Amino acid sequence: MNNLINFLTAGVLAAAPLLFGVLGELLTEKSGNLNLGVEGMMFMGGIAGIVGPYYYEKAGGTNPYVALLIALVCALVCAGLGALVFSVLTITLRANQNVTGLALTMFGTGFGNYFGEAIGHADPSGFLSVSTSVKSLFNSPVFPDPLVNLPVVGKLLFSHNFMVYLAVILAVILAYFLGRTRTGLNLRSVGESPATADAAGISVTKYRYLATVIGGAITGLGGLYLVMNAAAGVGGAWVHDCIDGYGWLAVALVIFAVWSPKRALWCSLIFGGLACMRYYYPISFIPASIYDIVPYIVTAVVLVFVSLKRSRSNQPPESLGLSYFREER
Amino acid sequence: MQSVSAVELRNVTKTFGSVVANNNVSLSIRKGEILALLGENGSGKTTLMNMLAGIYFPDSGQILVDGEEVAIRSPRDAFDLKIGMIHQHFKLVDVFTAAENIVLGLKEKGKFDRKAISRQIREISARYGFDLDPDKKIYDMAVSEKQTVEIIKVLYRGADILILDEPTAVLTPQETEKLFAVLRNMKADGKSIVIITHKLNEVMAISDRVSILRKGEYIDTVETRTTNPQALTDMMVGHAVTLNIDRPEPVNPQRRLVVKDLTCLDGQGVKVLDGVSFSAQGGEILGIAGIAGSGQKELCEAIAGLHPVSSGQILYSNPKEPDQVESLVGRTPMEIRELGVSLAFVPEDRLGMGLVGSMGMTGNMMLKSYNQSGRFFPDTKPFRTLAEEIREKLEVVTPSVNTPVRKLSGGNVQKVLVGREIASAPALLMAAYPVRGLDINASYTIYRLLNEQKAKGVAVIYVGEDLDVLLELCDRILVLCGGRVSGIADGRTVTKEEIGLMMTQTGEVGDHDRT
Repeated sequence: MNNLINFLTAGVLAAAPLLFGVLGELLTEKSGNLNLGVEGMMFMGGIAGIVGPYYYEKAGGTNPYVALLIALVCALVCAGLGALVFSVLTITLRANQNVTGLALTMFGTGFGNYFGEAIGHADPSGFLSVSTSVKSLFNSPVFPDPLVNLPVVGKLLFSHNFMVYLAVILAVILAYFLGRTRTGLNLRSVGESPATADAAGISVTKYRYLATVIGGAITGLGGLYLVMNAAAGVGGAWVHDCIDGYGWLAVALVIFAVWSPKRALWCSLIFGGLACMRYYYPISFIPASIYDIVPYIVTAVVLVFVSLKRSRSNQPPESLGLSYFREER
Repeated sequence: MQSVSAVELRNVTKTFGSVVANNNVSLSIRKGEILALLGENGSGKTTLMNMLAGIYFPDSGQILVDGEEVAIRSPRDAFDLKIGMIHQHFKLVDVFTAAENIVLGLKEKGKFDRKAISRQIREISARYGFDLDPDKKIYDMAVSEKQTVEIIKVLYRGADILILDEPTAVLTPQETEKLFAVLRNMKADGKSIVIITHKLNEVMAISDRVSILRKGEYIDTVETRTTNPQALTDMMVGHAVTLNIDRPEPVNPQRRLVVKDLTCLDGQGVKVLDGVSFSAQGGEILGIAGIAGSGQKELCEAIAGLHPVSSGQILYSNPKEPDQVESLVGRTPMEIRELGVSLAFVPEDRLGMGLVGSMGMTGNMMLKSYNQSGRFFPDTKPFRTLAEEIREKLEVVTPSVNTPVRKLSGGNVQKVLVGREIASAPALLMAAYPVRGLDINASYTIYRLLNEQKAKGVAVIYVGEDLDVLLELCDRILVLCGGRVSGIADGRTVTKEEIGLMMTQTGEVGDHDRT
């Protein structure tokens, strides 16, 4: 029982960065932009999110809350900038979205690893890391102890760090936004049929830019989480290649969740669970690397099933991956 | 009697690159009238109206609404001026409901109240005599319902000036009547309506005045009751053309193709063809009529071996071996082609099937027979000669036979496609929508080519959209409705109304309009 609770709790922690990635990419894809640069943007968000507080502390800053705020802002802005470059190339210059997204992934990976190591080597400790107080802010429970100490429920529901709840709140907001508001309806129409949206007086360019940049910024929070959280990595220090394919998993998960923020919640939970299963339910004769492969195999299997089951309302946005140009005849 | 102009266009010019779509056009739309905008395809009717709808912006000239000069830079500007356009290709989001599509893009403050919106839509429907469920998804709708959504969308925005781009192209004669009744209701309500069309009978039936465009130039505006179809045709085409299509009597008809109880399923397991039986003879043109998506495409593809057959027989008599009857079911498209069956299918985008847009005429000629020489590097010379021949005989306008075909205009692309199919000397030629989007002159060239094939003893199957043409060109007409044959009529005696009725007769079978 204890093992199960520990496993589920760890699953939630592993799911949070995925959820950020999924929500960001989902918002982007709803606008019709397929940004394959999630991995790159997570790297960008991750590195900026640790470099920010690192220099703040170098400069003598001691307030961990300020450091946390700097980390969040840096992650959002840096990943958002990556998405902005993507937007300029694909929306304004109408470059191929797949190629641009792949380029962004390669760029972001190199960008993160280069600065992570360059700054780390320059530091006397040999690492790019933040102080324990900042690190613990990212990892300690938000709720007061009495709640956390409740049997079973306490650990499952109230023991997580603030970013877990932030991700869940984001999912709920996104679901409400897409399903219940006029702006959400407009955004979906841009992704489904930009010509229709355009004829209805909706600015396709504006919606695509905003959705892509905000979506990219949200994926950056996923990168920040992976860098800061102790359950997902070392925690509070830059580790080479720390994003480790999570961005790609997020892209696949958007499909798994059939473009629904609500489904994204439990889909990322399942994948978070799969990702950390080996620590809690190891089977001696199965090598650890098999566990690592599982999420990707499941994605592939799910992709097959999603495309087999042809329901009209559970389909990708119709103009996903296509550029829009009004005066084309 | 003289009413104020609701909209006036003065000396409007619009060019796309070197193509002049509208040259110095002046036009006025009065309040409370139905104005027909008449012209051949490519005469600039839609472009002109798109400038009112805010899709395009004129290069020069003025637009006046209620006597004041305005700049319509976006569809939103058009809405603000109470101008609404119903496009030929519906601009609807398939996965949204009717209500969601109708309110799309509206900037209204406050709560997004779906119930109130549905109520308002029902009110508008009742007022003008529409029939629409606001909560139905677009992908569940028939074409005429989608059109209703488009019209209500415009009315919901409070439009007083409605522009309809070829609204009847997708409707049956009965549905057209219903639409016209609604339009008359709107006119009585004081709305100005522009209907873009190239169908003369509709102009005569519905409009108060007619404005004619030809090749981007404004010709004239006349009162409908003072004119007649012949006079309008002359103005539209520029010179008198015979409206009659040649229809020689079939010579020595021979049984070429017999289809028995053919049933096909689509990807979702829905029957797209249901027990289709007919025969086609050499030396005659068999027309296939039906509302878009009634199974015409699948029927042609099944015969050509491109669509799987679930049950039924397709029997083919090769004129080279008249005693032998071959079954086409289960054969590969290549084998069927070698037996002399040829399919020229012109899809809506013209390049989707049969031609490779980035290759020149020569390359496209090679596509279907490059492997006949059996060499690794095929000889391009005969194909180049063939391309030159087709270019000359069919008057294909292209800088060279190596110019990518996607750079040619629609009519020329279709000539290349049909020309290639005919060049393979088929015994059975299927031409699906070969005149789609062509002007009258180009269309007549295609009809002439089909008649030439008929005279050679080829069995021609012609799938068409325009009932008038089917009635004048074809010896027999097979009518499909919902994947079933609802009748085979003699093209010389049947009337348009009878065909129209057959097109809707077995409507309960299901809606196959999902493309």
